Amino acid sequence: MFSFELLFEAVVFGLLVGCFYAAISLGLSIAFGLLDVPHIAHAAFLVLAAYMTFLLGSYGLDPLVAAVLIVIPFFFFGVLVYRFYYEAFEKRGADAGVRGIAFFFGIAFLVQVFLSMKFGLDQRTVSAPYIGRSLELGDMRIPWRLIVVLCVAIALTVGLKLYLSKTFQGRAIRAVAQDAWALRIVGANPVLTKQWAFGIATAAAAIGGALLIIVSPVEPSLDRVYIGRTFCVVVLAGLGSMSGTLVAGLILGVIESLVLTMFGASWAPAVAYGLLLLVLAIRPQGLFRQ
Amino acid sequence: MTNVSKRTFLHGMGLGLGALVLPQRVWSQESPIKVGTSMALSGPLASGGRQSQLALQMWAEDVNARGGLLGRKVEIVAYDDQGSPSQSPGIFSKLVDLDKVDLLIAPYGTVPAAAIMPFAKERRLLMIGHIGYQINSKAKHDMWFNNSPWSDAESWVGGFFRLGKSAGVKKVAFLASDQEFAQNILAGAKSLAKSAGFESVYEQSYPPSTVDFSAMIRAIRAAAPDMVFVGSYPADSTAIIRAVNEIGVGPNVKLFGGAMVGLQYASIMQSLGSQLNGVVNYTTYVPEKTMAFPGIKDFLDRFAKRAPAANVETLGYYVAPFAYASAQILERAVTATKSLKHDVLADYLRKNEISTLVGPIRWGADGEWANPRVVMVQFRDIKDGDLEQFRQEGKQVILEPQQFKTGNLIPFQQARRK
Amino acid sequence: MKRGTIPFWVFAALLPAAAYGLPILGMNEYYFYISYIVLQYVVLATAWNILGGYAGYVNFGTGAFFGAGAYAALVVMLLFEAPLVVQIAVAALVGALMGLGAGLLTLRLKGIFFSIATIAVAIIIETFVLNWRFVGGATGVQIIRGPVTYGFETHTRMLFFVMSVLAVASLVIARYIETSWLGRGLQALRDAEVAAECSGVPTLRLKLIACAVSGALMAAAGAPLPLYSSFVEPHSVFSLNYSVMALSMAVIGGMARWWGPALGAVLIASSQQFAAFASPEFHLLIVGLLLIFVVIAAPGGLVGVIQWVGNWRVSRKEINRSASVVK
Repeated sequence: MFSFELLFEAVVFGLLVGCFYAAISLGLSIAFGLLDVPHIAHAAFLVLAAYMTFLLGSYGLDPLVAAVLIVIPFFFFGVLVYRFYYEAFEKRGADAGVRGIAFFFGIAFLVQVFLSMKFGLDQRTVSAPYIGRSLELGDMRIPWRLIVVLCVAIALTVGLKLYLSKTFQGRAIRAVAQDAWALRIVGANPVLTKQWAFGIATAAAAIGGALLIIVSPVEPSLDRVYIGRTFCVVVLAGLGSMSGTLVAGLILGVIESLVLTMFGASWAPAVAYGLLLLVLAIRPQGLFRQ
Repeated sequence: MTNVSKRTFLHGMGLGLGALVLPQRVWSQESPIKVGTSMALSGPLASGGRQSQLALQMWAEDVNARGGLLGRKVEIVAYDDQGSPSQSPGIFSKLVDLDKVDLLIAPYGTVPAAAIMPFAKERRLLMIGHIGYQINSKAKHDMWFNNSPWSDAESWVGGFFRLGKSAGVKKVAFLASDQEFAQNILAGAKSLAKSAGFESVYEQSYPPSTVDFSAMIRAIRAAAPDMVFVGSYPADSTAIIRAVNEIGVGPNVKLFGGAMVGLQYASIMQSLGSQLNGVVNYTTYVPEKTMAFPGIKDFLDRFAKRAPAANVETLGYYVAPFAYASAQILERAVTATKSLKHDVLADYLRKNEISTLVGPIRWGADGEWANPRVVMVQFRDIKDGDLEQFRQEGKQVILEPQQFKTGNLIPFQQARRK
Repeated sequence: MKRGTIPFWVFAALLPAAAYGLPILGMNEYYFYISYIVLQYVVLATAWNILGGYAGYVNFGTGAFFGAGAYAALVVMLLFEAPLVVQIAVAALVGALMGLGAGLLTLRLKGIFFSIATIAVAIIIETFVLNWRFVGGATGVQIIRGPVTYGFETHTRMLFFVMSVLAVASLVIARYIETSWLGRGLQALRDAEVAAECSGVPTLRLKLIACAVSGALMAAAGAPLPLYSSFVEPHSVFSLNYSVMALSMAVIGGMARWWGPALGAVLIASSQQFAAFASPEFHLLIVGLLLIFVVIAAPGGLVGVIQWVGNWRVSRKEINRSASVVK
């Protein structure tokens, strides 16, 4: 039953879903990987963005157009959240530790309550020309929505990577991750830089959220499912590496897909998270960090 | 219980749903009859829970408008159990010990209801089940009367496999969620398929956090089955139907569906639209002429008017009539026996057939419906984005059981081509 | 002897005694049900705090330990018809071993990396239970409870008593850890692990002890669950909710003292029981706002607030006294 063809297609689907995992983790890769903020609310932001996409979709906007529209408000939202976090914790010097995590849990609660009060508990979907149709290549059919995800994921990864390595602002963000003091010497304000970076991270989460509702239906408490997955990808990648995040997402997607096809879907989570534990135990700096 | 203090009364009004007091009626000095229950008002099962809540509230208003029960006002006391088995035992103790409710309806859903069975049995409480599966199979409580149109797995998906048999199916594929209900049904479905002589060519249980079903549907297509049995929960049901539209399940498939929870929900039916065409799935009620039970049309019309204010779906076919009927069962038994004693009422229910909104009901020895009637419907001619179309006949054609049948199976692939 | 030691032991002895005696006083059965849940959260929050509060390691796998305890109890119940005491002991042992395992696996992980590892552990264990047919797999298991034992009238009263003993035990352990070398070592671990290591604190051993103790208590809290709800099913038992609640309770109550998490648990769990009648969303909203407020404005939690008020009153008194001396 495990024909070569089937296995090949399992890998293809794994790569596509992996792109999705990467796309929704990129924001966290910046916020947690580069800025060292324990951003537990990232998954909640994804779901929030998914609902905003749904809201704009109900006025007839395509989810991708909606994604572009919500990027800017989410950027400012992120800036605000970071400012709040900074004033409450980082400014006081000490590492926020447990309290930082609790703070973001609180934010995640608020997002969840807001969504269930505003939109109710029914699951929501969007419609678009590329949802429900597929590209036929011989006997193989690939859903267009996953192809859209693939394109967005690659564009987002490349865009962020270029931004972080080529622009002054981007380099400053990477520098602040390593040495805030040194950054101050070259004349950039580390706090403003981190604030800007967290805005970018939240904007990336906005795009990730739009992909979330393109790929599958959403409900207010969906963030619980994605907390583990997104952190898993970011840690596998090695903190703060954009291309590493993409590769880690692909690895997770392909492993899940292969386990599913060969051993049964119910074991897929154990294998994926087993891999994460292994990486944490042996190579805590992640797979793709020097 | 002749004198009810104002505080207790307000307590009931505030905490429970509080039936509206009609100003023109003068109630006797006796305290109201309280009907206690719990349902998920938050969490994943909440959409059905909130519909049940509204339906029960409507029942209480209707009864009070008719002059109450035994001349006393009725009142619903309902709490949120979040669909969790760790919440429901405490809630039922509260209902019985603190609120001193007179009558009980079990929690909505199998898991929270299973957790209160020992309590009900130890305390000898009459319990009307509300949409649950095989809750009494282990507890064997003789005062349990389930109000769900099924008893065992056979009654649930038997129709699906009978349809398969008559369509000449030989090979079957199974796809089911790794969760409580879906796995129970899957076990039943597999033994039914075996006894029908079908060959199982694919079997997959997927975890609830599964994001995308493309690879599974692809594998099903590769296995070339004649029918596909799916046991899924709302979020997965949508994703599976979508993946089937994208990937396809192969030209041989004559039947697709079976036990997909969620395809009865208005929001999901509306968002899937034409992608549903051809799917054959279980449900509890559809507006076909064979199911025009007395009173149901009127109830659903009123429900549709009340639904927006309660923030629930306006169709309300799947759960709401059964919630109303559960209360009706209690009402009929109380009126006939003029008693609130649980053993008296249970005795009456054992011996008599009760006519309700969802048809006449009689119970077997295990407390399940003696004549289960899960209907297998096929979605036909569904357009995109239109919710009101589901109120018309012919959109969800009943294929099984025979007594409600309104059409013949059109093979899945053929039905989709139309 | 330290100030407050005698009242503590009196309280520790009185709580189970009261739990035993209350039914005789005719307390309504319902309160045993909710008190059981509240005490269960007291154990969970206290256990969580041993690792999270003292050592600064945030465990997101509370549900995994709790669920493992429930399933361990279930297995010995199904296999040997073991009595509840044995079930709890086995569950605690399983929890301790799990804690030890998780500790060993995550030896060098700090901060949120440890938390992520605990999420992974939780998902892996849940997956195994889901695929384990003996305990019902995904469909869960319904238990038919036998007759009530140990001279109690109902199961709930018995379980409430048992949970009160567990709650007191967890408080005694937490208090011991806090006031002993263990607590000081863990604190050093939290504040500056490297420095602690350099100055000779056996960081590794301390961390493993904390993991094992915390895991054992969480699992013990889960052990009576099969008898309580008489239905065990993986998704609700392994819920991430337990981790989220334990964390919220400890943070809001105050992580620095042994009684902080217990205070938080009593407040949040009992208000949750009442919120179930009004609006569960409203309760989540309040907990979320409280969490944010506490971590920003009152880092010591309720304990900190209470101590601050106490100190303020004492200093007021002293000021008054010194003022009168001056007069």
